[in-house]
Amino acid sequence: MDLPTIWFILVGVLFTGYVMLDGFDLGVGGLHLFVRKDEDRRIFLNAIGPVWDGNEVWLVTGGGALFAAFPEVYATVFSGFYDAFMLLLFGLIFRAVAIEFRSKQPGRLWRGGWDTAFAIGSLLSSLLIGVAMGNVIHGVPLNENHEFMGTILTLLNPYSLMVGVFTVSLFLMHGNIYLILKTEGELQQRLLRWVKVTIPIFLVLFAIVGFSTPALLPHIGEALARKPIPLILFFVLAILLALNIPREVYRGKEFRAFLCSCGTMASLMILFGATVYPNMVFSVPDPANSLTIANGSSTDKTLGFMFVVALIGVPIVIAYMASIYYIFRGKVKLDAESY
Amino acid sequence: MDVEILSRIQFAFTVGFHFLFPPLTIGLGLNLVIMSALWLKTRNPLYHNMARFWTRIFGVIFAVGVATGIVMEFQFGTNWATYSRFVGDVFGSPLAIEGIYAFFLESGFLAILLFGWNKVGPKLHFFSTCMVALGSHFSAIWILVANSFMQTPAGYFLAKKVKVTEDGTQHPLSANLAEGTYTVKEVPLPDDYVLQQADLTSVRAVIDNFWELVFSPSSMDRLIHTTLACWLAGTFLVISVSAYYLLRRKHVAFAKASMKIALIVASITALLQLWSADSTARGVAENQPTKFAAMEGLADSTTDAPLGLGGIVTWERDAEGNRVGINESALKIPGLLSILVSGDFLNPGKGAQTEVKGLNDLPSDAFLQRRYPDKTPAQIADVRPEYWPNVPVVFQTYHIMIACWGGIALVAFLGLFLWWRGKLWQPEHSRFIRFFLWLCILSIFLPQIASQSGWFTAEMGRQPWVVYEILKTSEALSEVVRANQVLTSLILFGLIYFLLFLIFLYSLNSKIQHGPSEDLTGAELPEKWRPLSMKGGRMEDVGKSPPQ
Repeated sequence: MDLPTIWFILVGVLFTGYVMLDGFDLGVGGLHLFVRKDEDRRIFLNAIGPVWDGNEVWLVTGGGALFAAFPEVYATVFSGFYDAFMLLLFGLIFRAVAIEFRSKQPGRLWRGGWDTAFAIGSLLSSLLIGVAMGNVIHGVPLNENHEFMGTILTLLNPYSLMVGVFTVSLFLMHGNIYLILKTEGELQQRLLRWVKVTIPIFLVLFAIVGFSTPALLPHIGEALARKPIPLILFFVLAILLALNIPREVYRGKEFRAFLCSCGTMASLMILFGATVYPNMVFSVPDPANSLTIANGSSTDKTLGFMFVVALIGVPIVIAYMASIYYIFRGKVKLDAESY
Repeated sequence: MDVEILSRIQFAFTVGFHFLFPPLTIGLGLNLVIMSALWLKTRNPLYHNMARFWTRIFGVIFAVGVATGIVMEFQFGTNWATYSRFVGDVFGSPLAIEGIYAFFLESGFLAILLFGWNKVGPKLHFFSTCMVALGSHFSAIWILVANSFMQTPAGYFLAKKVKVTEDGTQHPLSANLAEGTYTVKEVPLPDDYVLQQADLTSVRAVIDNFWELVFSPSSMDRLIHTTLACWLAGTFLVISVSAYYLLRRKHVAFAKASMKIALIVASITALLQLWSADSTARGVAENQPTKFAAMEGLADSTTDAPLGLGGIVTWERDAEGNRVGINESALKIPGLLSILVSGDFLNPGKGAQTEVKGLNDLPSDAFLQRRYPDKTPAQIADVRPEYWPNVPVVFQTYHIMIACWGGIALVAFLGLFLWWRGKLWQPEHSRFIRFFLWLCILSIFLPQIASQSGWFTAEMGRQPWVVYEILKTSEALSEVVRANQVLTSLILFGLIYFLLFLIFLYSLNSKIQHGPSEDLTGAELPEKWRPLSMKGGRMEDVGKSPPQ
């Protein structure tokens, strides 16, 4: 395997880590306003309390890895999607601030205001992440220097918005399952009922996105014809894992349900990566201007060196992050240090 | 306003705001390690209360640091895309390493620090404290390695992408060759190559030796200098809050113990900073002489160069208003600058013979001649000021930083002296002690102002370059981003950060007003930790309710 491909996978691993982890806390944010009692909302917040900022680090590190391994892609995407990324940053900042400060004061207006900020920040961030991914699949206009030639309206095309909405539904489902893992009693019963809504919505949207993508986008249709086995395999795997979630939930296997939800997300990310590979930013209408893993990457020297760095670092990170998640396993209990 | 100035303002504003917080967490992290270690060693619940209180403060600061830090990771791409393309092969690596080796460590173990009191034992908690402190220091290392590449680029070469046909001839990337008759190759450029605007799409900096990048001529000096500044920032937060408690006669035992630790750390760090500053400045004189001359407001090259303590530097302009030189009037110590630059303190007479270059000779004629081969020496002298930073600003920020160090050293050593004389803890007996404690409260601003103005000195002193003497800031922007987009985001950043700052101050204040636990019996320790409290003597108190 060549180094750009290895780095394509590594950057993919980091972004998969991000959506799998921040995905549930963005989802929790999206569901936040659906519970009304203050205590329930605090349980939602504290379910993600110890881990949300660590989860966002996956995005930061993914961004850093993209910069190191594919600087052309980093530069094109972030400057081209300027307004969208600024909105995403504001959404993430608002969200972080809301989590941190909501429970510092008892006032209804104070808490209600931050609750809304938390929910909107989370939903907006989820939507924008989805829209960005939608555009990567859909393709964007690039010139021969790989500069983005559109505006924010180019990015808000119907296909990408559809992927955005789909991403929101995915994160809401994932957040729902995570909350079941972290709650008990009456609140958990309610969350169990929510699954009957969140999972079907996700599945319907997934079917729509899944079947319309090769039909609407000729280059994806070609990709499907070229490499049908992996694409169909991970498409089916994502559906099977998602279908298995309710089964595990009703057998009382909460952790397995959560793993299935994570598995669904991982399958979707692999599907996404396998679909676009070897392109990183597909160019429409002129595919010759596309950024690929070959023309967008750093030199082999940098990729090789950074591969060693990642090979040592990433397993250590995964090991202690898993331990920390293990330490905070179990149901949320509110105490003096809680949000 | 154009995109360049707006993007520079946005970067300066967002990084300046962000940079209020990491120094606090880095410095506080060091203090937390000391406090937690003291608890493990003495088992005195006082130190536990201390660690616990400062951990809560740490949490608030860290949250704002993360929220504003994400912005920084993406801003190279959003606003400085040409820069990102040009240096990505070299500059991206330290940022990625920072993510993998620093941010994860810091944020992961912070969860245990903040929320793990009842989940883990004291030793694992202490280990987590160390990991958080280590993570915050790692992040300082890698971001400074990255930034030092912009100051003193090293470990790289410039390479150009060309189309090579089968017979081996090289054509420019823009050449119209038939598909399949050529391959794109990246060829190294000669050392005396001067970057042309037209080449920006095909030339980039390529890594040559990663360790030369890490140990670039300025990186270690700047790393040490900045880390010490961070220690001062965190430590003066402890001094400030402790002084407030002492003055209010609240949490006195806690405040005394915190103050003692902080005064010791602050004094040692202030002394180390003197040594580091000397070494850093000498490095700037050697590697970035133009910046150095701007910092000192030195117009003409001279031996026996004086050290300016403070004063005013203004632009000298010609009839059309173009910058042609500087006027300075400053209070000076004769010859000291030459001696400092020579580093030969034992032979000041000989050291004073060292010539320090002034702005009228910088950048050198040879450097400018290479960029303008067609110009006569007189014309070269005319373009020279375009290669100077904003001297009046750099001069002032540099001297503000030094003045802040004076204040820092004064507070730290006066505090130590008053502690030694036993007077510091009785503010009710002495107006002077009350005045000094007030000074301590306000001294929180000193390291912050020093860090910010020092950072402005470093970055504005680097101008007009974004990568020193290679790529100009004006060439580094995003091609596709327009002024109105940056203006909009800048205004929104302004509003959001203003709000964020108010909430931060409010939250910090409420934590300070709430204060640490007063319990000295160990009854408020986490359940699992209690048997470990107070190795002898006071064990019988364990489990009883605290005395009221």
